[in-house]
Amino acid sequence: MSVIDILSAIALLGGALMSLAAAVGLLRFPDLMSRMHAATKPQVLGLFLMLVAVGLQMRQWALLPALLVAWLFQLLTVPVSAHMVGRAGYRSKHRRPELLSTDDLHSVVEAVVDGGAVIDGGGGAAKAAPTSAPTMNPDH
Amino acid sequence: MRGSDQGAIWRALLNRLPLLAWLVVVWGALWQDFSPGNLAFGLLISVGVSSVFYLPPVELGGRLNVLRAVVFALWFLKEVSVASIEVFYWAVVKGPRISNAIVAVPLRSRSDLLMTATGHVLSLIPGSLVVEVDRGTSTLYVHAMNAPTPESVEKVRRGIQDIEARLIRVMGSRADLAALKREAAANVKESP
Repeated sequence: MSVIDILSAIALLGGALMSLAAAVGLLRFPDLMSRMHAATKPQVLGLFLMLVAVGLQMRQWALLPALLVAWLFQLLTVPVSAHMVGRAGYRSKHRRPELLSTDDLHSVVEAVVDGGAVIDGGGGAAKAAPTSAPTMNPDH
Repeated sequence: MRGSDQGAIWRALLNRLPLLAWLVVVWGALWQDFSPGNLAFGLLISVGVSSVFYLPPVELGGRLNVLRAVVFALWFLKEVSVASIEVFYWAVVKGPRISNAIVAVPLRSRSDLLMTATGHVLSLIPGSLVVEVDRGTSTLYVHAMNAPTPESVEKVRRGIQDIEARLIRVMGSRADLAALKREAAANVKESP
C-alpha cells in the first residue's frame, strides 16, 4: 500500500462521509430550507474528494480535464437547483417563520402584496410577489 | 466612425471568447484528446452551437487577475471544506433546534455577472443559499443556517460582502475596484 493509496482512501472516505452528512441533515433538520442546505451542499466537497481519489488512482493526465469539467458542472448546477427549490419553498406552504430569527425578505414581499407598491421597479421580489400573493401567508 | 465600429466588433468578439474557450475545453475534456485537430474541430462546433443557441451576451468586467483567481480558488476550497464540516456538526448536534435567518445583503456592484458569481459562490459554500434576488438594487436575500442572534446575522452579511470584494478583486470592473479601494481606505482611517 503506497502513499497514494492511503491518500485516495482518505479522499474516498471523506467523500462518503459527506454523503452521510447529507443523509443525517435530511433526517435531522426541521424544514425544507435547512434540508436543502444538507442535501445539496456537502456534495460539492464530497464529489471533489471522490474525483481526487479517482484521479490519484488512474494517474493519467488526459483524465484530469474530464474530472475537472465534471466538478465544474456540479458547481454550476448546484446553486441553481438550490435557489429554485428554496425560492419555491419560501413562496409556498413550506415556509416555517418560527424557525427564522430574522426575515428581511418577508417585509419586502408584504409591502408589495399589501400596498401594491413596486419597489425599485423590476426587482425579482417585486415582480414575482403579486402572483404568489394567495399562497404567501398560510401560517397566519 | 470606422474605428469605433471596429472597436465594437473586437469587444463583441472578446466578450464571446470566454464562452468559446470554455466550450472547446469541455469538448477536449470529453474526448480526452487535446490534439490541435480535435481542438480545431471543437472550436468549429462551439462557434456553431453558440450562434444557433444564442444566449444574451454577458457583460464582462474587462479585467481578470489570474493570481487573485488562484488565491480565490484555494480560499474557496478551504471555505467549502470548513463549512461542510460545520453543517455536518450542526446536523448532528443541533438538528431540529437549528435557528436560521433570511438576510438582505446589499451588494456594491451593479454588474449582473458579479451578482451571479457572488450568489453562486455563497450558495456553494454550505450554510447559505440565495432565496431571492433584487436586480434593481442588487440585493441578495440569503437564507443562512445557524444565525440566531442579530450579531450572527451581521456576521453573515459581512461574510457575503467579503465574498463580493474578493470577486471584484478577481474580475470586477475598474470602477468597482476603485470603489472597493476607497472603501478599504476609509475603513482603515476609521478603525484607529
